[in-house]
Amino acid sequence: MPELRNFTLNFGPQHPAAHGVLRMVLELDGEVVMRADPHIGLLHRATEKLAESKTWIQSVPYMDRLDYMSMMCNEHAYCMAIERLLEIEVPVRAQYIRVMFDEITRILNHLLWVGCHGLDVGAMTMVLYAFREREDLVDAYEAVSGARMHAAYYRPGGVYRDLPDRMSQYQESKWKSAAQIKPFNEARSGSLLDFLDDFAARFPKLLDEYETLLTDNRIWKQRLVDVGIVTPERALQRGFTGPMLRGSGIAWDLRKKQPYEVYDRVDFDIPIGKTGDSYDRYLVRMEEMRQSNRIVKQCVDWLRQNPGPVMSDNHKVAPPDREAMKSNMEELIHHFKLCTEGMHVPEGEVYSAVEHPKGEFGIYVISDGANKPYRLKIRAPGYVHLSAMDEMVRGHMLADVVTIIGSQDVVFGEIDR
Amino acid sequence: MSAKLEALSQNLQECLGDRVKSLKVALGEVTIEVDAADYLGVMQTLRDAPELAFEELIDLCGVDYSTYGNVPREGPRYAAVSHLLSITRNWRLRVRCFAPDDDFPSLPSVTSVWNSVNWFEREAFDLIGIVFPGHNDLRRILTDYGFIGHPFRKDFPVSGYVEMRYDPEQQRVIYQPVTIEPREITPRIVREATYGKVNNA
Repeated sequence: MPELRNFTLNFGPQHPAAHGVLRMVLELDGEVVMRADPHIGLLHRATEKLAESKTWIQSVPYMDRLDYMSMMCNEHAYCMAIERLLEIEVPVRAQYIRVMFDEITRILNHLLWVGCHGLDVGAMTMVLYAFREREDLVDAYEAVSGARMHAAYYRPGGVYRDLPDRMSQYQESKWKSAAQIKPFNEARSGSLLDFLDDFAARFPKLLDEYETLLTDNRIWKQRLVDVGIVTPERALQRGFTGPMLRGSGIAWDLRKKQPYEVYDRVDFDIPIGKTGDSYDRYLVRMEEMRQSNRIVKQCVDWLRQNPGPVMSDNHKVAPPDREAMKSNMEELIHHFKLCTEGMHVPEGEVYSAVEHPKGEFGIYVISDGANKPYRLKIRAPGYVHLSAMDEMVRGHMLADVVTIIGSQDVVFGEIDR
Repeated sequence: MSAKLEALSQNLQECLGDRVKSLKVALGEVTIEVDAADYLGVMQTLRDAPELAFEELIDLCGVDYSTYGNVPREGPRYAAVSHLLSITRNWRLRVRCFAPDDDFPSLPSVTSVWNSVNWFEREAFDLIGIVFPGHNDLRRILTDYGFIGHPFRKDFPVSGYVEMRYDPEQQRVIYQPVTIEPREITPRIVREATYGKVNNA
């Protein structure tokens, strides 16, 4: 009888189910995983080091590129940190816009997650459905910021500009006739708010469609139920946040418990799981999309009724408008100082956290009073969740590793930073 | 100061006594500083005392204070800053602990208190160079295999020291000294204390 020994397998960094550039060294006993050692850092760009040599405002676009699946939420935490250090108020309309886009971002993120998780586990159709709806929301991103992914729309003091009155429309081409594109443009004939209103009205039905595909699907349940169980005690010990913590049955959501912006004025519920397995996390995320949709609808209604400024009028932080800058000496000086030296943030330190689609996304920033941060630390939820990978996959089969990576919803932009 | 922060500061004083070197409340956050010798014990108390109940360690990061405020630094240079969160009490705390020796910064590992700190300590070791005795797997985490130096120290240039390229003659990837010149587009300026205070404008 030959001697049996464990088999070491290199998973990734080029594996399609590794969600980017995860390299995992797996120690296998037959098909059972004995140990998993994730090697990360293949996408390390030293964002925090770069931020130390950039002015405060120049780092906003870097934030988009952290978790590149939920761009505006990253900007949100960063802008909020600066605003808290400066102790300035953001106009209420800007706060509503931020909440609305945070929730749009949450839907965007969860849609991509359910699509890719489906792909990993073997449900090929899911990704097609999810990307159909993502297209509409990405268009909403484009309408406000001009970019479909890396928006740089939130700025310290508010948002870059107010919501647009019209949406971009599909054009006739040699592949699509005028009659064919007419139904596509129906919802786009009004403002961005009309478009989002229409989306919010039809989205719950689409979610039902996804659920008919997955929720009671026998194969889906065989792959997810009882895979990667995390007890509430272990979830706290491992620092889990967001859907990973709620999946384990702990009702913790920053939007409810430590409300920021106008989350205390909108109505929504927090879903929690029971057993803490991958299937519960799936259910939690699906329900979160429904709740996000509710919040979007409420924000749309409020924003329709209440016009107002969307940017702080403090010109030590926010640049004055173009016309004022050209006609007023004082504003010209502000503009010049802001565009050359940048804003100065008073000495101090602050940790600002938002309920990011993946968990608690925090920005810890130390300022020594300069026009650049002294030290910036990004607390990425995926980093903490991935560090529990070894514990979660131990004793599972090799194929379950893919399920667990998927259910952690890891994105390497934020983990490697 | 809100009632909650007041209660937290009071509980901290009661549970930790004179192990708290300084306690500061600013911008709605509580910060305590502790000695490296008390660090592990304080962290254990913070988690286990029911009046404090910090079940989760949210974040730990290393900080290099050597050029803080653009003035020469007095006192220790490296610190580990942790952020704790209590789910039951719904409050947060920041704990700062300076490493006593600048030439070999070292702080006890708190992996036994919160397992989530594992990768954060690896990161602080990798980027800042703080060593955590008691950590059972203190490897580099974010930088390249075989990387030399601690890139987030203030004396480490943004461009680094080496760059990588494919060498067609040797037919392999090689490392060479960086060819880019260091440049700074916007200089770093620290103004007098009142300059950035927008509310006084």
